[in-house]
Amino acid sequence: MKAFLILENGAVFEGTHFGADKEVISEIVFDTSMVGYLSVLTDPTFAGQAVCMTYPLIGNFGVSKEDMQSAHVWPDGFIVKELSRIPSNFRCDVSIQEFLEEHKIPGIAGIDTRALTKILRDQGTMNGMITTNCAFDKDEVLQKIKAYKVGKAVDKVTCKVPYQIAHTTDLAQNGPVSGSARFDKVAYENGEREPIPTNIKELNGLGLSAAVLDLGATADVIQALAIRGCSVTVYPAYTKAEEILAAAPDGILISNGPGDPKEYPEIVEELKKIYESDIPVFAIGLGHQLMALATGADTYKMQCGHRGGNHPSKDLTTGQVHIVTLKQGYAVDASTLDASKARETGRNVNDGTNTAIEYIGKKIFSVQYRPEGNGGLLSSGYLYDRLIAMMKGEN
Amino acid sequence: MPKNPEIKRVMVIGSGPIVIGQAAEFDYAGTQACRALKEEGLEVILVNSNPATIMTDRDIADKVYIEPLTIQVLEQIIDKEKPDSILPNMGGQAGLNLGMELEESGFLASRGVKLIGTTATTIRNAEGRQEFKDLMERIGEPCAASLVVETVQDGVDFTNTIGYPVVLRPAYTLGGSGGGIAYNQAQLEEILENGLRLSRVGQVLVERCIAGWKEIEFEVMRDSAGTCITICSMENIDPVGVHTGDSIVVAPAQTLSEREYAMLRASALNIINELKITGGCNVQFALHPTSFEYCVIEVNPRVSRSSALASKASGYPIAKVAAKIALGYNLDEIKNAITKTTYAGFEPTLDYCVVKLPRLPFDKFITAKRSLTTQMKATGEVMSICDSFEGAMMKAIRSLEQHVDCLKSYDFGALSVEELKERLAKVDDQRIWVIAEALRKGMSYDEIHEITMIDTWFIDKIAILVEMEQALQTQPLTVELLKEAKRIEYPDNVIARLTGKTENEIKQMRYDNGIVAVFKTVDTCAAEFKASTPYYYSVYGGECEVDRTHDRKKVLVLGSGPIRIGQGIEFDYCSVHATWAFEKAGYETIIINNNPETVSTDFDIADKLYFEPLTPEDVESIVNIEKPDGAVVQFGGQTAIKLTESLMKMGVPILGTQAEDVDAAEDREIFDRILEQTEIPRAAGGTVYTAEEAKEVANRLGYPVLVRPSYVLGGQGMQIAISDEEIEEFMAIINRIAQDHPILVDKYLQGKEVEVDAVCDGTDILIPGIMEHIERTGVHSGDSISVYPANTISETVKERIAEYTRRLAKALHVIGLINIQFIAIGEDVYVIEVNPRSSRTVPYISKVTGIPIVDLATEVILGKTIRELGYEPGLQPESPYYAIKMPVFSFEKIRGAEISLGPEMKSTGECLGIAKDYNEALYKAFMAAGVNLPKHKNIIITVKDADKPEAVEIGRRFEKLGYTIYATRSTAQALNDAGVKARKVNKISQESPTVMDLLLGHKIDLVIDTPTQGRDKSRDGFLIRRTAIETGIHCITAMDTANALVTSLENASNELTLLNIAEL
Repeated sequence: MKAFLILENGAVFEGTHFGADKEVISEIVFDTSMVGYLSVLTDPTFAGQAVCMTYPLIGNFGVSKEDMQSAHVWPDGFIVKELSRIPSNFRCDVSIQEFLEEHKIPGIAGIDTRALTKILRDQGTMNGMITTNCAFDKDEVLQKIKAYKVGKAVDKVTCKVPYQIAHTTDLAQNGPVSGSARFDKVAYENGEREPIPTNIKELNGLGLSAAVLDLGATADVIQALAIRGCSVTVYPAYTKAEEILAAAPDGILISNGPGDPKEYPEIVEELKKIYESDIPVFAIGLGHQLMALATGADTYKMQCGHRGGNHPSKDLTTGQVHIVTLKQGYAVDASTLDASKARETGRNVNDGTNTAIEYIGKKIFSVQYRPEGNGGLLSSGYLYDRLIAMMKGEN
Repeated sequence: MPKNPEIKRVMVIGSGPIVIGQAAEFDYAGTQACRALKEEGLEVILVNSNPATIMTDRDIADKVYIEPLTIQVLEQIIDKEKPDSILPNMGGQAGLNLGMELEESGFLASRGVKLIGTTATTIRNAEGRQEFKDLMERIGEPCAASLVVETVQDGVDFTNTIGYPVVLRPAYTLGGSGGGIAYNQAQLEEILENGLRLSRVGQVLVERCIAGWKEIEFEVMRDSAGTCITICSMENIDPVGVHTGDSIVVAPAQTLSEREYAMLRASALNIINELKITGGCNVQFALHPTSFEYCVIEVNPRVSRSSALASKASGYPIAKVAAKIALGYNLDEIKNAITKTTYAGFEPTLDYCVVKLPRLPFDKFITAKRSLTTQMKATGEVMSICDSFEGAMMKAIRSLEQHVDCLKSYDFGALSVEELKERLAKVDDQRIWVIAEALRKGMSYDEIHEITMIDTWFIDKIAILVEMEQALQTQPLTVELLKEAKRIEYPDNVIARLTGKTENEIKQMRYDNGIVAVFKTVDTCAAEFKASTPYYYSVYGGECEVDRTHDRKKVLVLGSGPIRIGQGIEFDYCSVHATWAFEKAGYETIIINNNPETVSTDFDIADKLYFEPLTPEDVESIVNIEKPDGAVVQFGGQTAIKLTESLMKMGVPILGTQAEDVDAAEDREIFDRILEQTEIPRAAGGTVYTAEEAKEVANRLGYPVLVRPSYVLGGQGMQIAISDEEIEEFMAIINRIAQDHPILVDKYLQGKEVEVDAVCDGTDILIPGIMEHIERTGVHSGDSISVYPANTISETVKERIAEYTRRLAKALHVIGLINIQFIAIGEDVYVIEVNPRSSRTVPYISKVTGIPIVDLATEVILGKTIRELGYEPGLQPESPYYAIKMPVFSFEKIRGAEISLGPEMKSTGECLGIAKDYNEALYKAFMAAGVNLPKHKNIIITVKDADKPEAVEIGRRFEKLGYTIYATRSTAQALNDAGVKARKVNKISQESPTVMDLLLGHKIDLVIDTPTQGRDKSRDGFLIRRTAIETGIHCITAMDTANALVTSLENASNELTLLNIAEL
């Protein structure tokens, strides 16, 4: 079946329909990670957006449900060049086609995704519609598209009530350390799932308790402290600071999430209280931006955002560049940081946007990017270890 | 960190002659590195024995030494030039080994010279088998169970503990030389014995066999601040067991899930961080297909074939960035050369799919085993880029220039399913065609996967191509079907064949329906940032990104495709120089090529680079958009020449010599007429199509005769026949492929073979010099030792050659380059062959005479005259230096290849010896070719009857040098009769000890074996020659070569004069 992608600027792409048969209007963004399609689809940060993958061959390894970053598919629509006809991977549960049908997400394939990306790059992120209606009235549709606004997507994605998650008490529960996995022929032939390797070599969080403020956290972020041994309580986005502080956690993780940080003044107010407490805090993505707002800095919407697994973030303290996963449309304006409270510790090598902040006199630090997981990177896990060290009163 | 101010003079070590496993990629890397160093204001001293390279040009480095790559030579150059640093990681394994030896001997420390780019400790940790294993164990990175052994017994004992099969890898060898998989003790012993001998340090790694696992490579970089990045992941479609150089490779990796990708990427970065690499590095993994188990196969702490591929696949210039890192820069201080706004400290992201196919030499070595193993056999490769895997695969197939254009090109239709299963189990260069046939016959993906272990994702892609084949054969050709066929890059001629229409009808239908190729940009960032470098590939459908400039005149330079025997790096040298010359003349330059190893496909050589197959259809798509003012075909070898007619049909003017004149040189009748008019003699001959006709002509001329197809490269299929039976045999071989042109049968003349390259402006000619071959006629010019200036022919002959060259160039209306081969018999000169285009010897003669003939030819093409360019026409004065070009072979890599020299070219590369004294030049040339005598002072001589008188003389000279001579029965008798002491050894079929036992006893330095006629594999001579090569013994098959070698040995000296080529 034919499908169309109609952009706010009037451009129309014709392709083939897949997934759920429904019409959607959404904010169109692009993501440049080459292997990260499943993370993109299940990442709450993409709530309220339809995503175009710049890599043209999507669905090659299908969907392995244990790799989902949340229980849902969050983007409103999925835009690709080519969907693999068959998935091929020993852990594949379903094909991406079936997966999107199951989750009622419409998609369009076979369009010139590079041309679309260039439009978004040059003219900025804009709204668009995916439809299978060949007889659309362009003027009418464009009015609807322009009128669309993503609003308070965090409300949609955050958990409804606080909950605790199981934490690792013995390293063996985490699965093998990466590199030590061994093929077990008998287990494989019995259809048993091999545990996913991690790169956790010690349980440095044992005996500590942590709170995670869920603004749309991905599974990797929620699990990060638990697999290091911390007991973890996850709180809904609008939880009062007092409630979290009353539980006296050793540290707080403020998660990633979707949308414009300025839409959540209530959360900013709570973060101010958390800032005032003496508890170590590590904030990520939307959390990073909200913490900046809570300390008087400003944020802004980027032209087309940063979504991909190849962004260079320079650690201004060590001079090292880390390749990081970014999934953000907004950034902190580092020039507005209150020099007595915060200092910029990381910067994107490509365009100089802010990627990390440290709060002076506080055990608080934050990053714009995902510490690990998503998009094929496993190299920034040390940030969680840093939070744990703070929680232990080290450094 | 900014540039280290202590680095001022850097010596760069090249990789020497092209051999299998070490090809043009190091010219690309070395050239890029030299340019990067010079850009930083450093003085660069370059050493490389290979004259066909761009890196040995006078303007690439400040001082260029085309000298043998030996420790002695490098030490002398270091003392002369006093560099403060050496960059050893640009010259492949050869360069790295030399750098290590200089460091380990303490020589560098004694001269205050530092290795930059990679430290000796890093190299030892990455390359030393045991050190590497220990380090991997320490950091928790898995390697397959393995042990480094130094004796066969230790290898057998260890294997008994881990079980067969095992993989064997000799330490410090090129392209996996001497390696293999052993399934039983007999195989283990055989491979081990060979591998131990080939290893520089006498070590072989015996390792658990992981054949069938996915083979994944990562190209990674690290700077001295510890920033580690991934440039590109690559997946070998052929699972572990086939050398990555012989595998079909796809980039980025296609079948890894996010978890697997992340795991291997983290491992690669962990490894380079621990090794403290500063620069580029290649890490190869084996990943279990149904598990997270993986192991590290190998780490190469240097630029490599894979890094060249990754650079071209991603647009990230690894060698250039590595050179800057060596100077102290950090990744975030180096600009991204494609976007020019972002920095080198990021990871490229691709929005297309890249496929690399190896170019294997089985069309040359028809007796060789086609099987692919851990021993690399490919001489070159092609790469293609498309937005689908199927499209990239189809483009790569037709880029090979091996008479293949789709998955039906090798026909296995006659095989039954059972036979196909057996055939699938054999890993060879035709496997994807076998898979296609298996799919046609209805075999399931799982069945095919179980036999081949190729991931089903790839099998499905092949199935998509096969389904299209069937759709085209059975369905009416609708616009939709045509669109889909073009999306997956079915070429028009294949669609025509399958639908029963003509190619023109298909093209017309495409044009009528707007189905045309558009071009996308390789930009390292999937369009996230604006790119300013026009590096393009084609796709069907979507927006065309080509910047339609036309403010200057535009010229299309056609490249030479994959490196193969007969068409090597020399043609890339010519294409690049022509491009630069056109640019200097104010032209906008466009290069089309598909070889990822070369300098010409570096994106900053021409104004625009199109990475595309070199077929008429692909070129036409570019022509339609670029509308060039002209095309130049004479620099890109046969690949470009073949496109001449098509370009003319497209209305593109051919710059320089015209197509009909190129044809005149190849067309027997027309050419004979020209020779008659110009009064130039040639060997009598005739043109034939069938064996019957050939025999008739041969008998009329009298044997021996030379048989060859027209319009071929490197004498492919050329043979000397001495009987009707041989004519039948050779004609059958030639006619296996349908011939568009007649086959030539000529009287074989024996004499001195002489060669010239010349520039002609239509009136005058310029001959930089005459080259004389040491081997008599009958040995292909590319396989002959070539001497400049010619030293045994008279002035009269030289004048005659210059005069004939002038007459021929004028008669053929040559504008640009011409190459002519002559035979001199006494004072008579006969013409053998005329090529109105650039040739293999162009870089060599340009460098040794200092006359830049490609640049001159380009200027002439643009209308200048030789006089206007400041040259006096005619034969130029001879240089006071001898420059001797020595062919280099890769026979040890190709099991079963016949090594004896003949009219068909077999060498893969060449090196040079330059000196004032002829004997010293000869000695240096042999040294550069790695002929390392004497060790034991024992030689075996076994020659055909006709060669016996010469063998006696050569034997006498070897005897005088203190050699012990062994000879087979009749040769021994001839020697002893003449008073040369020779020990008789038995033939293979006789009782022990035979010549074979002697060879395997490792006490032999050299075998001189001149073959009797024919390609009969069962003959003793063939076995002797193969055994010699495979046990690492130098083997000479022509008396003239033997004569040259003994002369060089008689004049061996430790005192070498080393020359910066600017001093010539």
